[in-house]
Amino acid sequence: MGLEEETGGSAKDVPPTEQELSAEFDTTLQKYLRGEGADLEALKDKKLKGQLTVREKLYGNSAKAAAKFEKWLMPSEGGYLEAEGIEKTWRIKQDQITREVDILSSRNQYDIVLKDLGPYTLDFTPSGRYMATAGRKGHVAIVDMKSMELIREMQVKETVRDIVFLHNETFFAVAQKKYPYIYNRDGIELHCLKEHGAVSRLQFLKNHFLLATVNKFGQLRYQDVTTGEMIGNFRTGLGRTETMQVNPFNGVIAVGHSGGTVSMWKPTSAAPLVKMLCHHGPISALAFHPNGQLMATCGREKKIKIWDLRKFEVVQTIPGHHAKTLDFSQKGLLAAGTGSYAQVLGDFSGSQNYSRYMGHSIAKGYQIGKVSFRPYEDVLVMGHSMGWSSILIPGSGEPNFDTWVANPFETSKQRREKEIHTLLDKLPPETIMLDPSKIGTVRPYKKREKPTKEEMEAEKEAAVEAVKDIALKKKTKGRNKTSKRVMKRKVLIDKAKKPFIEKEMQEAGKLAGKRKLGEETELPASLKRFVRKKAAV
Amino acid sequence: MKVKVISRSTDEFTRERSQDLQRVFRNFDPKLRPQEKAVEYVRALNAAKLEKIFARPFIGAMDGHIDAISCMAKNPNFLKGIFSGSMDGDIRLWDIASRKTVCQFPGHQGAVRGLTASTDGSTLISCGTDCTVRIWSVPVAATLESDHASNKPIEANAVYVGKNAYWAVDHQWGGDLFATTGARVEIWNHNRSQPVNTFEWGTDTVISVRFNPGEPNLLATSASDRSIALYDLRMSTPARKLIMQTRTNSIAWNPMEPLNFTAANEDCSCYSYDARKLDEAKCVHKDHVSAVMDIDYSPTGREFVTGSYDRTVRIFPYNGGHSREIYHTKRMQRVFCVKFSSDASYIISGSDDTNLRLWKAKASEQMGVLLPREQKKHEYQEAVKNRYKHLPEVKRIVRHRHLPRPIYKAKELRRTVIDAEKKKEERRKAHSTPGSIVTESVRKRRIIREVE
Repeated sequence: MGLEEETGGSAKDVPPTEQELSAEFDTTLQKYLRGEGADLEALKDKKLKGQLTVREKLYGNSAKAAAKFEKWLMPSEGGYLEAEGIEKTWRIKQDQITREVDILSSRNQYDIVLKDLGPYTLDFTPSGRYMATAGRKGHVAIVDMKSMELIREMQVKETVRDIVFLHNETFFAVAQKKYPYIYNRDGIELHCLKEHGAVSRLQFLKNHFLLATVNKFGQLRYQDVTTGEMIGNFRTGLGRTETMQVNPFNGVIAVGHSGGTVSMWKPTSAAPLVKMLCHHGPISALAFHPNGQLMATCGREKKIKIWDLRKFEVVQTIPGHHAKTLDFSQKGLLAAGTGSYAQVLGDFSGSQNYSRYMGHSIAKGYQIGKVSFRPYEDVLVMGHSMGWSSILIPGSGEPNFDTWVANPFETSKQRREKEIHTLLDKLPPETIMLDPSKIGTVRPYKKREKPTKEEMEAEKEAAVEAVKDIALKKKTKGRNKTSKRVMKRKVLIDKAKKPFIEKEMQEAGKLAGKRKLGEETELPASLKRFVRKKAAV
Repeated sequence: MKVKVISRSTDEFTRERSQDLQRVFRNFDPKLRPQEKAVEYVRALNAAKLEKIFARPFIGAMDGHIDAISCMAKNPNFLKGIFSGSMDGDIRLWDIASRKTVCQFPGHQGAVRGLTASTDGSTLISCGTDCTVRIWSVPVAATLESDHASNKPIEANAVYVGKNAYWAVDHQWGGDLFATTGARVEIWNHNRSQPVNTFEWGTDTVISVRFNPGEPNLLATSASDRSIALYDLRMSTPARKLIMQTRTNSIAWNPMEPLNFTAANEDCSCYSYDARKLDEAKCVHKDHVSAVMDIDYSPTGREFVTGSYDRTVRIFPYNGGHSREIYHTKRMQRVFCVKFSSDASYIISGSDDTNLRLWKAKASEQMGVLLPREQKKHEYQEAVKNRYKHLPEVKRIVRHRHLPRPIYKAKELRRTVIDAEKKKEERRKAHSTPGSIVTESVRKRRIIREVE
């Protein structure tokens, strides 16, 4: 056994061959190429073709540079948890991990017990530096997760249902008993959003600066927080709603209803983009994969379903979970909070087949109300009925952050500059759509051609054939005679032909109207003798 | 069990001292930037709008002449200097930076029609309707800097009197020959009082002349008999001639591709020709609504500027059919001469209203020294704008130019006329034997014939 271990180890030490390296490089390159290039062979315009060739080459080069950057210059490597021998990753306990990791990381394992004010819900800033947490009984707190300092704590003395950060940590919105409110970091109430009423869920679309709220009757509202303008107010009309989630990939909001449907919305249309029946009971939780292609839903019938959002088909059904909350991590791990147990599932085969990865039980009787992965860290935070707990989930977070996207070490000056830049790049609400890559493309020009005579004829034929094949109902005696049946069939055929004939007549009529009464018109024989003889003959 | 978790110590990811720059980490993963295309599109739109906001091309007018400006010449030795000649015989050297007259060259009795400076910038040659060619020595740049307010008049080095009025003059690149035109094309040497060579082809007045920047012995002229002629000084007779339907007012050679030249024509268009192949224009540049009076290429050879009788200045790409920019002011009258500055960033126009006007070559360009970050930002904005320029919203903003009402009307009228002609041609074609009426391409249509 030991020998085998050794040989296995030495096999790993062998440097990868050039071929393997190039294959690996190709996969990273694909990521940066963002889809296939345009097909230039079909182009007839040589000048355009030349210009586009140059541009495609440029895209290729920049993708190559980015792939090389990823290969050589990234400062950190991702976390991992590997079982050895007969160990299983899902049996590994948090205290086992504590012994193996550094002190800085082990500080991320803790439980905060606040018995009287729970259950708690929470939200992170995009950089994962700050956490906003709110207890049902009105306790609201902003915590700096790096230094573990409490920045602000207050008691709103009202029921609090949800909390969400706005574009940065200086503002947050709280869904309270009657209205949602916006507070700043100092705990000063800035706005009371009375138009929204008593809402149950809040979401913030940070590229669009939209605050989306939904109340339990399914009224969905969008408000632009920069101008205060109400962008959309839609009645979803599909039953009570408990869950709402933004798809980070395209900004579409998904709302889960009590009828088992999930509807997806954009702020510019009053009808849902998608309505999908996901479960037989009410939807209890919803989550989106960061790449926008997967959605996880959980229903009251104790099933988690993973959906492919490109085909709107279920990819995997995981039974036995009655999750109240779901969350995807940046690296694609899925956390589900069921009762007092948090299960983390992972997709290790690469074929979107989620299997258990880790699990963690908190004290019996504590009910997990919200699980959330901390961005750019291997940390999962659970808000439960008695406070909140934080555990380590190796391999869940993105190891390398981008200073200009989300910086956990942001200074106040950088934050101010970023605020300006994000405001300048604020997207209009029209840019929310199911396929965001459509933006910037031109709709292909289609010339509507009149169908030719042959085509019309063929269409007519097809319509007649279709009618001929219809099986007639068996009628009672006397009405089912062959002659009657033939008659009926004939009527049907005539009915099918009618629109085509009418069309033909119409066109003929148009032509006739245009034609002048000249020598070409065929006169009745009796009138022909009055026609003037041609002089030339 | 093997385990590793992400652990970032603050020391590694922040600066050591407060004087240091903040550390920057990049991750180009598209997953971190959702909706990047939408963001980019919004940026392109904003860039297009900002470009419009900052488009303030007019820098200033240079006031001093008391009659219409008829001609200008760049000073090759002095970037800030430009010579201008006016209809009353006044020649001035201007300092563009301070927009003041540096010195004057009095002497001409009638209008100054041609001005040129030798390549070393030491000699200025002028000619005019008073039948004289005058040679001046230009004060050196150092003295110009020291007392440019002195305004002292300068005496001509030599005055040569001819028989006929002179219409244009141009100096050879690098050599000491120059050509004057009028009743005939005369080639002069600095040191001779008589022309060293004379060419005559036809009886009409030759109105413009330009030496080729690549081949110093080659020159192109245009005459009022609607011809463009090429001359080679090594041959005793003119080389080639092209006759068009309308007169060519001015010619400019492309300095980067010296075998191509562009002719500013009376019929509102400019025609780019390959000097080796005169039977067809390479490109027709349309947009003006009145005769194009003067043309000058940017030193980069990528674009050229034209001044027109319709009181506007336009900038065209060297290979594009339409102008990229139009400049006009309420006070600017008919433009007789335009020049690109030698650093390709300014345009100087001289017009009927006795003023020289200074314009930016790129209307929204930020002047002055740019920080590298500013430079980068401008480049980025240019790139995103270029990427999304085909989309209707961006295109609308980028293409829009405010036109003075008369020009807008004239443009519409021209459009109607052209459309009507086209329609007529099409109908005629449709109602005649197929093949009997051949539509000639726009590039050939205005050419009557080529003469060897």
